[in-house]
Amino acid sequence: MPFELFVALRFLREGRAQTALIFAGASVGVAVIIFLSALIDGLQASLVDKTLGSQAHILLRAPDEAARPLVSSPDALVQVVRPAQRLRTIDQWQQVLRLMERTPGVTAVSPSVSGAGLASRGTASRSIVVRGVEPERFERIIDVPSKLVAGQWRLLGAEAVIGQKLARELGVVVGDTLRVTTADGRADSFLVTGLFDLGTQEVNERWVLVPLRSGQTLLDLVGGVTTLELRVTDLFGAQALAERLSQRTGLVAESWMTLNAQLLVALQSQSSSRYMIQFFVIIAVALGIASVLVVSVVQKSREIGILKAMGTTTPQVMRVFLIQGAVVGLVGSLLGGLMGAGLARFFASLATNPDGSPTFPIQLDAKLFLTASAVAIVTGLLSAVAPARRASGLDPAVVIREA
Amino acid sequence: MKPEPVLRLVGVTKEYGEEVVTRVLHDIDLTLEQGEFAALIGPSGSGKSTLLNIIGLLDRPTSGQVLLQGQDTRGLDEDALARLRARTLGFIFQFHHLMPAFTALENVMMPALAERGWPDERMRTRALELLAQVGLKERAGAYPRQMSGGQQQRVAIARALTMSPALVLADEPTGNLDTGTSAQVFELLRHINREQRMTFLIVTHDPRLAQQCDRIIEVVDGRIVSDRREPRRSG
Repeated sequence: MPFELFVALRFLREGRAQTALIFAGASVGVAVIIFLSALIDGLQASLVDKTLGSQAHILLRAPDEAARPLVSSPDALVQVVRPAQRLRTIDQWQQVLRLMERTPGVTAVSPSVSGAGLASRGTASRSIVVRGVEPERFERIIDVPSKLVAGQWRLLGAEAVIGQKLARELGVVVGDTLRVTTADGRADSFLVTGLFDLGTQEVNERWVLVPLRSGQTLLDLVGGVTTLELRVTDLFGAQALAERLSQRTGLVAESWMTLNAQLLVALQSQSSSRYMIQFFVIIAVALGIASVLVVSVVQKSREIGILKAMGTTTPQVMRVFLIQGAVVGLVGSLLGGLMGAGLARFFASLATNPDGSPTFPIQLDAKLFLTASAVAIVTGLLSAVAPARRASGLDPAVVIREA
Repeated sequence: MKPEPVLRLVGVTKEYGEEVVTRVLHDIDLTLEQGEFAALIGPSGSGKSTLLNIIGLLDRPTSGQVLLQGQDTRGLDEDALARLRARTLGFIFQFHHLMPAFTALENVMMPALAERGWPDERMRTRALELLAQVGLKERAGAYPRQMSGGQQQRVAIARALTMSPALVLADEPTGNLDTGTSAQVFELLRHINREQRMTFLIVTHDPRLAQQCDRIIEVVDGRIVSDRREPRRSG
């Protein structure tokens, strides 16, 4: 064991009550940081999860049609009438799809056609969104199979998977037939193979998932798709990626972040309040460590004087105290990590939903512990700087005389 | 060729204060040869502590030179002085000044540990030898609070010898001990001096102790007023 560490550990051991106190202080600080992070991360993850349960991370679609005036003289009076928008296919979408699949950061791409329609069974009818998809691609964007409440995830020929709420309103069960009519009068019948609950009322009430081909026929877009849906690795980098994709393809790219701007604002203000709290916890812990170490420097000034008289250099004395700070941070992060994790678990077990899942989802991962430990150790080191300077600046001649 | 003296002071002056200058030491010249066993005496306030601090490289003279084994210490920075201190000087203080958090053995090892950074077996063996020399081998694992004043001072002596210093500076080494223990501790210093030809400079108030040294240097009002060599007694 090197000299500085040896002396630092002995000084800490000698401190007993003081050392216990700063260990406790640092541990509680780390515990609060871990608990708070676990809670807020969990909460945010579950919010984002719920939101993205029925949404792609990025949507690509053809740009809106715009009228180009033929006269562009400044003297002429021109009124541009915005044309009515119709469903448009993405030009050469197969090529775009392959391009997307090769783009780093994109994990899945799913083509789809979507349009308005009417679903009817007997005398009941409901306004719906017809979505023609390739099931094996679509399930990688939105995990329908795990959210089925009845039937199975199968879209072959004239089969459809619909929302639970729509099924209830139309009185449809798995195995029934549903008639879908689009705005321009095309109609087709589908066998309902499954019912899903994607967690969003709107979606459960309106979505009718059909095979891509059937969708194309119904919406009069044979061979075409209206949107490409993307899943990406970096959830919060989705907007930046969307902008890049838009530039490269000339298509309109929208990320979940623009489509859910309010949620994002809420998440951000949550995060900033959490950083604020953590900042003040760190300050409080740092002040605690620093003040205890300063007291210990005063108490040990005689010993520091002897060390220096014996030939210990100023940087060595400095390191003895910096190491004490770091050790406090390290012990604090170990004990605090355990305390924080225990607290989070306990809290999660207190409030549970009827199905046994926690009301307050918590998210504890290794990264959180590593970050908290790093923060604690750096805080310990930094709080030891002032005491260490004070110790290393002691004049041995003076200290030994005065003792 | 005559070997370099262990210590040579040339025209050492020390002043304190900026506006009102107090001169504590006046133009001191002093030489200690290897193997000397000298006492530094003088009334309190005479400047002998300041002189000891300057010799111990804990303080710098306002003017003049301090040469340790021929090496000029002017112009060395704090850390160079610390290293030189570690290699050439041993300190024994009045209030023994052991580090309470460390055992006797660890206290004795401390100067070597500070200098080399990592402990090794040689260091340990040397420390145990020194403890044996001061008669405390079996107390190696004891903490200072578990030892008597005399034992603590003997550990402090062993610690001062760890780096085989050229010069041992002892500030009232027996000032804190009763007469019997005091005599024992003094005898130990004397013994080491004779056995190892190690040079000692002992600051003391006690005239009887000073009388037993080979040389008595007396400081009054910042000047050396007398410097007499006693005929060396046999054993």
